[in-house]
This record gives sequence, C-alpha cells and structure tokens, in this order.
Amino acid sequence: MQQNEGMTLIVKTVTRISVWMILLYGIYIIFHGHLTPGGGFAGGVIVALAFLNVLLAYGRKFTSDWLNIGFLHDLEAASATLFLVIGILGISMGGAFLANFLTKGELFALISAGTILPLNIVIGIKVGMSLFLVVWVLAGFKIEKGD
Amino acid sequence: MPVEYWLIFILIVMIIASIAALEMDDILSSIVAIGIVGLGVSLSFLFLQAPDLAIVQFLFEIFALIILVKAFLGKDYHKQAPSRINKILAGLTIITLTAIFIFSVSVFELLPPFGEPLMTTAQYYLDNGAKDTGAANLVSSIILDYRAYDTLGEITVLFTAILGAFTILRIKSKSKKENSELSNATK
Repeated sequence: MQQNEGMTLIVKTVTRISVWMILLYGIYIIFHGHLTPGGGFAGGVIVALAFLNVLLAYGRKFTSDWLNIGFLHDLEAASATLFLVIGILGISMGGAFLANFLTKGELFALISAGTILPLNIVIGIKVGMSLFLVVWVLAGFKIEKGD
Repeated sequence: MPVEYWLIFILIVMIIASIAALEMDDILSSIVAIGIVGLGVSLSFLFLQAPDLAIVQFLFEIFALIILVKAFLGKDYHKQAPSRINKILAGLTIITLTAIFIFSVSVFELLPPFGEPLMTTAQYYLDNGAKDTGAANLVSSIILDYRAYDTLGEITVLFTAILGAFTILRIKSKSKKENSELSNATK
C-alpha cells in the first residue's frame, strides 16, 4: 500500500526527475558566481528549494529517511566555520583578514579569482542548508489551537 | 520605451497589489497579491540592470510564498474589525504622510539625476575590479573581496537565526511531549 502522506503519484514522479535538475542548476550557479550573475546566495536558495520540493511532494517522513538531517545541521555549522578559516588563512598568507591570497588566474576561467570561488561554495552550502532547515523546523511545529 | 515608464508601470501594479493584499477576504488571494509585489521588485531590479539582485529577490519571493502558503492554508484565522480609534489613527497617518510628501516635492527637484555622479570608490571598482580580483562578475568581486566583512556579517545573521529557530521550537515541542506524557501517566 502507498503511504498516505505527501501529494499524488504524478507530483511524486515529476519531483523525482526534476529535483536533480534543480540541484544541478543550483550547483552551477554557485560555481559560476564569479563569472555570471548569481553566486553563493542565489545558488544556495535554489539548492534549498530543491530539498523543499521533496519535502512538499513526499512528506516529512520520507525526507527524514532520505536526508540525514543531523548531517545537514553539521554541514551548516561547518560551512560558517570554514568561512572564518578562509578569512584567518588570509591573515597568515595575505596579511589581512579575508585577503585574497590565492592566485588570481585568467579572467573568465572557471578556476580563477582566488578565494572568491571557495567563499562562494561555502556561502552556497551555508544558505542552502539554513533555509531548508528553517522550513523543516517550521513544518514540524504544529500550532495548537487556543481556547 | 524608456526605463522610467516601465518602472512607473511596475510601481503602480505593486501599489494596487499591496492594497488588494490588505483588502481581500480570502487568505490565498492575499498571499498571491503579496507575491505580485515581490515579483514587481524583482522586475524593477532587472530593469535597473542588476541581474544578481533580481535573481536573489525572485528566489526568495518563491521561498517566502511557499512558507506563507504552508503556514496559513487550512488554518483558522480571524479578521479584526477596525475600532474607532484605529480609524482616527489611520486618518491621521494618511494626512501626515500626504503633508510630508507635498512639502518634500521641492526636495526631489534638488536631487541629482538617477545614477549620475559616480562616487570615487565605485569608479575605482569599475576600473580596477577585474584586475585586482580576477573575477569577471564585478558584483561578486565586491561582495566577496572588497566587502567580504559584510558577507561575514550576513552569514552570522543567518547562523543566529537558524540557531534561534531550532532552540525555541525544540523547547516548545519538548515541553509539549512532557505534557502529553504527564497526562498519559495520570490516565
């Protein structure tokens, strides 16, 4: 028997195919933040919306089986720390907090712009996990009707 | 058609949508009207040639819409009828705002044309941004290189927000569970 929670079979099937495309697009936006419009914030929101798609279509129980929520929580805290680590590495190698100490590379190349690419990736992970976890917490919290 | 006319058109649509959002009885229609306002903001960013901001605004609007629909649909809510003092206060606010607007028309004429005096820092970024940072996207080079402290602050805000949400909601649900266990035990 099919489980009752979540939406209809049509929505579930479409979600199963489209989630990976949305995730791929979000990762593309994050990685090309220094070349095209977008970047860590926009890509992170797209990643969060992909997870949110699964949460809405399949329901809470399936999502908690599919994703390790505790791991997402760790990832979210670790990415915030990683931003600081990159900043402090800038002190030792570049002379100032958050200094751009990596090689600049060629303009318009994917591997270029020094620390901007790693910072974009860190921000993308941070924003994506945070926004998804906020909705996760809010969706699990039921407001009891007052008297 | 010049950009200004498009912006004025979008502004009028946004004002109508926000009035509709306040006045409509159906909660889903109100949420859709709020979404129209956000889409108008995103479109105006696009017309002002800021695609980075437009993308972020558009995505956050979808995100907020999902949260609002999930929070309000199928739940009870009541509409408060405005009392007499509320009406008086609303009238006073409208009169004051109209007076401020009328008196400040002359100030608008003193303002320089839109985007006209480019500041020296902005000029420096435009001239040297690509050379200094190696990033083709100037916005990215500003928020993650020249102004990376701002981004650090934003990340801290996000971190604190998720921490607060988890703490408060977990305490609530834990106390609820204890209450239900207590009531089960007494049964």
